Amino acid sequence: MKGVRWSLWVLVAFAALVGLFALQLSRPKNDEVKSAMVGQAVPQFALGAAVSERPGLSNADLADGTPHLLNIFASWCVPCAAEAPQLAALERQGAPIVAVAIRDRSEDLEAFLQRYGNPFARIGKDDLSRVQFLIGSSGVPETFVVDGKGIIRHQHIGEIRAEDVPELMARLREARG
Amino acid sequence: MIAEFGLASLWLAASLAALQLIAAWFGQRADGEVLARLVRPAAVIQAMLCGLAFLMLLWVFARTDLSVLLVAENSHSDKPMIFKIAGAWGNHEGSMLLWVAIMALAGGLIALIEHRLPEKTMLATLGAQAFVGLGFYAFLLFASNPFARISPAPAEGNGLNPLLQDIGLAMHPPTLYMGYVGLSIAFSFAVGALLTRNVTPEFARVMRPWILGAWIFLTLGITAGSYWAYYELGWGGWWFWDPVENASLMPWLAATALLHSASVLASRDALRTWTIMLGVIAFSMSMIGTFLVRSGILTSVHAFAVDPTRGTFILALLAINIGGALALFVVRAGTIAEGERFAPLSREGALVINNVALSAVLGVVLLGTLYPLVTEAFGVRVSVGPPYFNPVSAAFVFPMLLVLAVGPLLRWRRDRLARIRPAVIAIAAAGLAVLLAMWLIAGLALFPLLGVSLAAVVAVAAFLPLRGRSLARLPLPVWGMAIAHFGVAVALFGMSVDSAFTVEKLTAANVGDTVAVGPWRVRLAAVEPVAGPNWTALQARLDASYKGGAGQLLAPQSRTFWAPPQTTSESALLTRWNGQLYTVVGGATADGRWQLRLWWKPFVTFIWFGGVLIGLGGLLALVGRVSVDVRRRVATRKIAARRAEAAR
Repeated sequence: MKGVRWSLWVLVAFAALVGLFALQLSRPKNDEVKSAMVGQAVPQFALGAAVSERPGLSNADLADGTPHLLNIFASWCVPCAAEAPQLAALERQGAPIVAVAIRDRSEDLEAFLQRYGNPFARIGKDDLSRVQFLIGSSGVPETFVVDGKGIIRHQHIGEIRAEDVPELMARLREARG
Repeated sequence: MIAEFGLASLWLAASLAALQLIAAWFGQRADGEVLARLVRPAAVIQAMLCGLAFLMLLWVFARTDLSVLLVAENSHSDKPMIFKIAGAWGNHEGSMLLWVAIMALAGGLIALIEHRLPEKTMLATLGAQAFVGLGFYAFLLFASNPFARISPAPAEGNGLNPLLQDIGLAMHPPTLYMGYVGLSIAFSFAVGALLTRNVTPEFARVMRPWILGAWIFLTLGITAGSYWAYYELGWGGWWFWDPVENASLMPWLAATALLHSASVLASRDALRTWTIMLGVIAFSMSMIGTFLVRSGILTSVHAFAVDPTRGTFILALLAINIGGALALFVVRAGTIAEGERFAPLSREGALVINNVALSAVLGVVLLGTLYPLVTEAFGVRVSVGPPYFNPVSAAFVFPMLLVLAVGPLLRWRRDRLARIRPAVIAIAAAGLAVLLAMWLIAGLALFPLLGVSLAAVVAVAAFLPLRGRSLARLPLPVWGMAIAHFGVAVALFGMSVDSAFTVEKLTAANVGDTVAVGPWRVRLAAVEPVAGPNWTALQARLDASYKGGAGQLLAPQSRTFWAPPQTTSESALLTRWNGQLYTVVGGATADGRWQLRLWWKPFVTFIWFGGVLIGLGGLLALVGRVSVDVRRRVATRKIAARRAEAAR
């Protein structure tokens, strides 16, 4: 019968679906989307200054021979405010930190930096999230370790907590050596 | 004791479901008449016991009995009573109990009142219902016991996620569940009909009110959920193609197709196997939706309590119920006689196109929702969003709406194009006029332009079937169809205009500043602290005037809840007939200014008015069908009584 043949395909498709579900269930769930760019050079970009007191950021600034922490943040992002003390601590321990501000406004940013401190040597203004796409960051805040040649060595997703500071310092030292 | 009483009722209900299944199975045999007589009472008592168990759960939540684990995890003694009660189903275990309780009540109702189908088919249907129910009872009792105790009892509960402390959301899950459960009934009828090879127009008529009911609840549930997301999340968007939203959309699409094909089967005895297949598909979409939401295998903004054991359990139920029904279909579909034939240009033909298009959209949404899972199996992570869903689903929806405009004008079985030509010309003229006007005057982009024009087409066409008929004597289902189709036009108009003309303003303002957004001028009059039962908030007082008119007050808040600690923004909306002003207040900037987010969204409310109209249309159809059925029952009873008298 004709009716039987097409319904057989539905049954097969359903079996495939159940198989897919079962496969996904059996795998450990990892909600973090790691960047595919880790291990590769930061693509070319040049961003204007986000605030008047700091210069903008380009990929050449990242490949100046010293490793950097690259912080992706925004003044409208609550966890970004939460990680400010940890960024300040990293800066005190000698980490050079540069930043990209995502879809932000200069006056909001200035207010944010005034309130939570400004550990950044440079801040690029990324209104279209272009750099974020280029380096494979899926949200704010994220922090990348970039070595002196401009190659991404490590990606930290989410806010930096107090216990993450030693690891980031270690990654930075690794990138140096 | 209340919790133990509830648990005992649940176990008893489960054992009655087992009895119902066994009795229905063996009652089919020639010597099984005694058992067959047990099926209906078992269904009714099972419904009462399961309803009782749910009432017991409501009771422990109302009393905030913290020695019950579920209450301790999800409630708090400071919560307002309405949210204490709603807390009973605002979590996994409680919502599953609600699901089972509604399912049992629906089964009991069928057992009590439904006598139109041959008894064998009814037995098979109630047996199928008991089978599906047993799976869920097992799930509840073995993997999600809502009545589990905790010892020692904590002094205070964890509270309910503040985002969920909202009356709209309190009603959202039960509404959707009614829809899901209604589809489970349609599924049981389909399986019953397959098992007894009895696919008749009568079967479609019996199944139809359940599909209609499910469809109404799904429509309203989706509409309410969309409005909730719109005003509560403070993003100004109303649909995000999030997996969890799709999980409710897919059953709706299947139910819409099923509703139309059941109509064909009921009126014309055509599309027999297709209707059965859709009955199975519609419920499978509910189950797949539940699985996706509860197993947490997809990443979604809707974070539900995720537990792999539960995921496995639901997957097993899905595989057994749907896989079993599909296998049965493969074996039996060939033995079901072909229904009536019809010409391509006919009401049936239009409804077949409707079904094909709806199934295609269902496929598009299913594929988009599952695609990340498929690629992930091969180690690639992607996410699928509006750039895929919007154009691809529109490619099927837009042609379908053209057919929707013409289909109701066609006659059953066979029609001539010449007969409906004047109406088609009128519809096309309306569409083209709007298209040209919008293009020349407003310069709309392609999709909003097509959307608005099609809305005009559908709006005009919706009422054409009423032409030349006595409105007073028109059957309610025809009214229902016209209103539901008109609702589609209204919603489409709202979506198109909102996407084309929304104005957004993000700013930091001092108290006393005035901000312009679209035709509005909004003055930040003050910012002041306010306190609620379990939160404190900073509230902005905004003075908004439309085109220089009198000022109207809006008071958006930035709320801080303390159990659990969380900040939410409560948007404030000002609704005019032609749109909504949407305001959100954020935190203070360092120089003492306040972050304001303002939107002017023209005609955005039409989206939800449309949804409500669609639901209302369904309700009219349901009332019409049920009242006809009741009248017929009363009449047959009278005739029987008269005959009995005459015989005496």
